[in-house]
Amino acid sequence: MDLRGKKVIALGERDGVPGPAVAECATRAGADVVLTLTACYV
Amino acid sequence: MTSREMPVIRAASLVLAHVPSFVRLGSKPLRVLRDVEQPIAYLKSHLRDGDAARIYAPNQVFIGNLGVDELAGWPTPWHRNPVDGASRFGPDGEIMPEEEFLGLLAACDDFDLLALAGDVADRARTALDAHPIVGSGSGRKAVPAGITADALAERIERHHATPIVGVDGSLLGAMLPGHDEDDTLTGQVLLENLSCKATAALALRHLLARPGAIAETDVRYVINCGEEAVGDRYQRGGGNVAKAVAEWAGCTRATGSDVKAFCSGPMHALMVAGALVRAGVYDDVIVLAGGSLAKLGMKFQGHVKRGMPIVEDVLAGFAAHVARDDGASPVLRLDAVGRHEVASGSAPLAMVKALYTEPLARIGLTLLDVDRFSLELHNPEATEPAGSGNVPLNNYRTLASLAVMEKLIARDGIEEFVRTRGMPGFSPTQGHVASAIPYLGHALRGLTTGRLTRTMFTGKGSLFLGRMTQLPDGLSLILERRQ
Repeated sequence: MDLRGKKVIALGERDGVPGPAVAECATRAGADVVLTLTACYV
Repeated sequence: MTSREMPVIRAASLVLAHVPSFVRLGSKPLRVLRDVEQPIAYLKSHLRDGDAARIYAPNQVFIGNLGVDELAGWPTPWHRNPVDGASRFGPDGEIMPEEEFLGLLAACDDFDLLALAGDVADRARTALDAHPIVGSGSGRKAVPAGITADALAERIERHHATPIVGVDGSLLGAMLPGHDEDDTLTGQVLLENLSCKATAALALRHLLARPGAIAETDVRYVINCGEEAVGDRYQRGGGNVAKAVAEWAGCTRATGSDVKAFCSGPMHALMVAGALVRAGVYDDVIVLAGGSLAKLGMKFQGHVKRGMPIVEDVLAGFAAHVARDDGASPVLRLDAVGRHEVASGSAPLAMVKALYTEPLARIGLTLLDVDRFSLELHNPEATEPAGSGNVPLNNYRTLASLAVMEKLIARDGIEEFVRTRGMPGFSPTQGHVASAIPYLGHALRGLTTGRLTRTMFTGKGSLFLGRMTQLPDGLSLILERRQ
């Protein structure tokens, strides 16, 4: 998937991959992260 | 610092209060049921009676009657395979029925904001007075007389009291607000806070009732690590549950304060308690927490959809006694506190390295030197029907993957690592209480009269939920057999 120039919402999960980690990957892939959130399901 | 100078954990108690009528007052049910035409009928067939909650295998593990390995081999689904004849009392605490708990709530209410219906109050008083630990001879406030249906209705309609409606739709009582214009003192908020106080108080009284337990007047400091935000409009969440619980339990020479860090609060509180003891400020510190009413029925939609009982129908509480080394109790290794630092990073591998590898390496150990890891112990039967997965299992697999990366085990050894050093989740989804703490009673037995040498407790907190930081949190503690 080519993320360059794409707007991304980074939605992560506490007991999986948290939002900031998703955001960092997306940013390094050239995306523009517009929102970072982490969910906690417990 | 040597392990001889370390503090110990002398005792722990773990209690549940079965409150099916309160499920409707949980945050999620409150929001969802607004759009349901007949909420009483909608939930009724999914709410368990007291017997079903008592013989539910995870609840029996919680109070110490059933071991974690026994639960691992227990037939599933657990809600269809009860522990026949199981007692409401166990070595670690009890499962209190709702009728008694209503009495306990009223007995913990210093401002007479909770009123019960006349017959409900009478039954609650009779039941609670006969309790072996918090009965009529325990020195607590008596359960006050109930009020008429008309008086209850007036409180609800004119004074905005929050109604407490039974499983069958009957009115059990109502909780008045503490102020006319304060959103932090509504009846709903105060009922949450009172439920937290009552379950913490019950846990503390269980702890103090043990043979050989510390005398209540020898308790000098209490730390509450529950998540409830006690306070008023000028300092919401700024309050102090610890001292309220100490007062109720007769710890007349104690003071205390609250330590908060979402679900990792109990780990921070145990660390602080250990440090206070180690520093000589106090010889005996109690760490405790009550349950979270807001989290009742958090996953109830999944349970209803699956046609199963709503198993998030219990409030939880715990208390632990941190003390100077007594030469026998398990040692809290303050030289190996694992912590998730600001710069640790939030990726799963960064978390587990900070919480496990680094503190263990500091004292020359590896993951294989720990017999049991206690972490997020949420009951998968509560979370999986709602699509939230098996939280403990996922975390144990991440931990086992770390062991593979550190070349401690082979890749095909992951399942055995999880099976032998982990455990099935058995805790109700009560946030801070579910985070590692429910294994504490089992660990204390295993590290004294059992076969365990070393256990590790890890709490993780979702700091980002408060919208002040994107960071998570975590803290780990090692508890080991006295050498």
